[in-house]
Amino acid sequence: MTGAGIAVLAVVVLLLFGTGYLLGRTGRPVRTSDVGTPVEHATFETLHTASLAAPPLRAGLTEESARRSAGRLRSLLGTDALCLTDRDRILVWDGDGDHHGKGVMEHVQGLLASGRDTAFHTGCEDLDCPLRWAVAVPLTVDHRVLGTLVAYAPRESAVLARAAGEVARWVCVQLELAELDRSRTKLIEAEIKALRAQISPHFIFNSLAAIASFVRTDPEQARELLLEFADFTRYSFRRHGEFTTLADELHSIDQYLALVRARFGERLAVTLQVAPEVLPVALPFLCLQPLVENAVKHGLEGAVTASRITISALDAGSEAEVVIEDDGTGMDPDRLREILRGEGGTSTGIGLLNVDERLRQVYGDDYGLVIETGVGAGMKITLRLPKYRAGVHGS
Amino acid sequence: MSSPDHLASVVAVALVVLATVLVGGFGLRISRTTSDFYVASRTVRPRLNAAAISGEYLSAASFLGIAGLVLVHGPDMLWYPVGYTAGYLVLLVFVAAPLRRSGAYTLPDFAEGRLESRQVRRLVSVFVVGAGWLYLVPQLQGAGLTLQILTGAPGWLGDVLVASVVVIAVAAGGMRSITFVQVFQYWLKLTALLVPAIFLVLAWQGDGRPRVSFDEQISVFRADHPLYATYGLIVATFLGTMGLPHVVVRFYTSPNGRDARRTTVAVLALVGMFYVLPPVYGALGRLYAPELMHGGDADAAVLLLPARVIGGVGGDLLGALIAGGAFAAFLSTASGLTMAVAGVITQDVLPSRGVRHFRLATVLAMAVPLAGSLLVSRVPVADAVGMAFAVSASSFCPLLVLGIWWRRLTPPGAIAGLLLGGGSALLSVAITVSGAVRPPGWPHALLAWPAVWSVPVGFLAMILVSLATPGRIPPGTNAAMTRFHLPEALTSGRAR
Repeated sequence: MTGAGIAVLAVVVLLLFGTGYLLGRTGRPVRTSDVGTPVEHATFETLHTASLAAPPLRAGLTEESARRSAGRLRSLLGTDALCLTDRDRILVWDGDGDHHGKGVMEHVQGLLASGRDTAFHTGCEDLDCPLRWAVAVPLTVDHRVLGTLVAYAPRESAVLARAAGEVARWVCVQLELAELDRSRTKLIEAEIKALRAQISPHFIFNSLAAIASFVRTDPEQARELLLEFADFTRYSFRRHGEFTTLADELHSIDQYLALVRARFGERLAVTLQVAPEVLPVALPFLCLQPLVENAVKHGLEGAVTASRITISALDAGSEAEVVIEDDGTGMDPDRLREILRGEGGTSTGIGLLNVDERLRQVYGDDYGLVIETGVGAGMKITLRLPKYRAGVHGS
Repeated sequence: MSSPDHLASVVAVALVVLATVLVGGFGLRISRTTSDFYVASRTVRPRLNAAAISGEYLSAASFLGIAGLVLVHGPDMLWYPVGYTAGYLVLLVFVAAPLRRSGAYTLPDFAEGRLESRQVRRLVSVFVVGAGWLYLVPQLQGAGLTLQILTGAPGWLGDVLVASVVVIAVAAGGMRSITFVQVFQYWLKLTALLVPAIFLVLAWQGDGRPRVSFDEQISVFRADHPLYATYGLIVATFLGTMGLPHVVVRFYTSPNGRDARRTTVAVLALVGMFYVLPPVYGALGRLYAPELMHGGDADAAVLLLPARVIGGVGGDLLGALIAGGAFAAFLSTASGLTMAVAGVITQDVLPSRGVRHFRLATVLAMAVPLAGSLLVSRVPVADAVGMAFAVSASSFCPLLVLGIWWRRLTPPGAIAGLLLGGGSALLSVAITVSGAVRPPGWPHALLAWPAVWSVPVGFLAMILVSLATPGRIPPGTNAAMTRFHLPEALTSGRAR
């Protein structure tokens, strides 16, 4: 009995330690203040402060990011007061003497136009106010002045002017990175749009031609196909939502395949294997469709008489595993690597590359496409989709 | 015990194990051509999902434990089946649909999605693992007991057998079509209890319907504050069901919030139907196996009755059927729990991802409860499960209910509530199981049935600390609430 008691208590203690460890794992970086000479120490401190000020600024120059980084920037400069503005107004005032706030925008007006550093005397009427002099430096991104950084001091100081310039340049780098993030997101959005548009030309033409061939011989079939076509295009061209559910995506693929088989008939055999448990999984919109299109293209390329495509979606614990396989011409692995690096050149493989990039962007680098292929050996594409990821909601 | 008795039971147990592995592994290997796509792609219907949830939910406690408790302690123990069922009513009213609409697969997912905090996520993971382990121990012990009674094998063999089968099946990925396995298990369990019950009742009628009397003084000690213990039980089971990790996971399979609600209604019916049966065994056990009342292993009542009442080959066969059903109960609950716990361990504890880590996590998820089941002395199965419910009720119930219905919940509030409510319940349960505080007296009663005080503590801590930290309300709260409470049809048309 006591042995059992000890065992249970040991488990509880382990659990408690586990909790502590897990909670503490977010962890603070190891402080390095107790190593090195005083100079090195000061360097470490500066770099540390700078690194703490960086993350908020990566969100761009807003009131929120300015508020969160101003304190750190002021301690970097070692001034009494610091002010960040955008082109129209003050974003934040950090430190004493915020009665100066009113005059700031007038002082920086010229700077916003010229983009050159300016220094000015505050001319404060309050004799006790320590802020007698200030230096204002522009925050520029791509030669556009986004705002200014104004540092205040009791007297003129060349050191402060120089330091303010350097800090402003460092802030600019962060803002440029923010701009870069934004343009990357925009690029991906544009690519999705392009992908939606890309479906249309050849596929629409081929589908309509195939449907036309049925109009006289089998009107009922032609009607069915037209309805499938309408449904498919409605899904593919829908405007809202970055995400969808596996059920919807598979449904759209089914319609796509119906249209393709109307054209190729017996030459194309398709096997689907879907675990119902994974149908509600959310995933980026039009993530599987390009892969299936790819498989169809590879399967029927050249003089192949018949081709088989297998699509399966299986439950794997906290993930869903989707596999798309064809027995077509395959591809040289080196060529595939080029395509996935974005060096493919022409339009081939744009779909693959785009899907791979979007998966990595949404779920992280662990979740890229896994492709097994060889010349003449068919192609097998495997995707892993987490069942839940914060911010991913199929609509 | 006679040898055919052994043989029939061993064959039944082996069949159940085999069927579980086969249905799990091959149920979905039937490929379909495109024309059958709609059949293949149909989402899991509420009734099917409900049978799967019930199959996973009805554990050793329900199959063996309740009958044993009713046998020994009389009708007071009927609160167990009532509580196990009524938990789904609370789940239906407060949680089912919003939880599904949140898109969360596990409780840590819900915590992260609602509170936007990795820390809360980690803490919830710890509790999921803790509650899961607590729940697994009695499953394994029940298996050991069953095998011991049926074949005379040493007590640890059943524990190890079930643990290994589950680890192998789950780690090998053989549980891929888990829904069908669990549905199969539900109907198996119901049949395994229903058919022998019919025969037993007929035999009892043939006996001239002797009256079952619960007047005899109980010689086995249970609680010196029975009323308090009953309230503790009611609170734990009513509020604990919503937080059971293997139940939460299954709601993800519903296509939308409305279907999640319908599923829960169907679960209420299916589970309610099942729970009529164990008390019958308990009452008949009082008549035909009265010696179990005085210190015997009362959990064995269900297994012993057919041989006792009917006897002969018929009794052996019915006994074998019950043994098979009991193993279905251990396997289904244990595999569901192991999957859920292993999933949480892979995602939140082990450093990187991948299939190999899931296997490692499966072994880890089972190793600890196995060690526990072998080391810790046997508490009646239903009581041990009640403790897992108490931990779940004190930690996950406040998190889910407040997370879904209260805008002002903050991450620090959630952490405080989890630590104070859930932590204290976990600690009380651990102290009780370790035997450090013994009956009689209030200390033991308070620690053995902690839910009465630990659930209010959890709620209060969450509410007060949240009110004290209004600045920490997550920025996405309104968006999350909109998603939780509006039907999908309304939100899906909107651009995100």
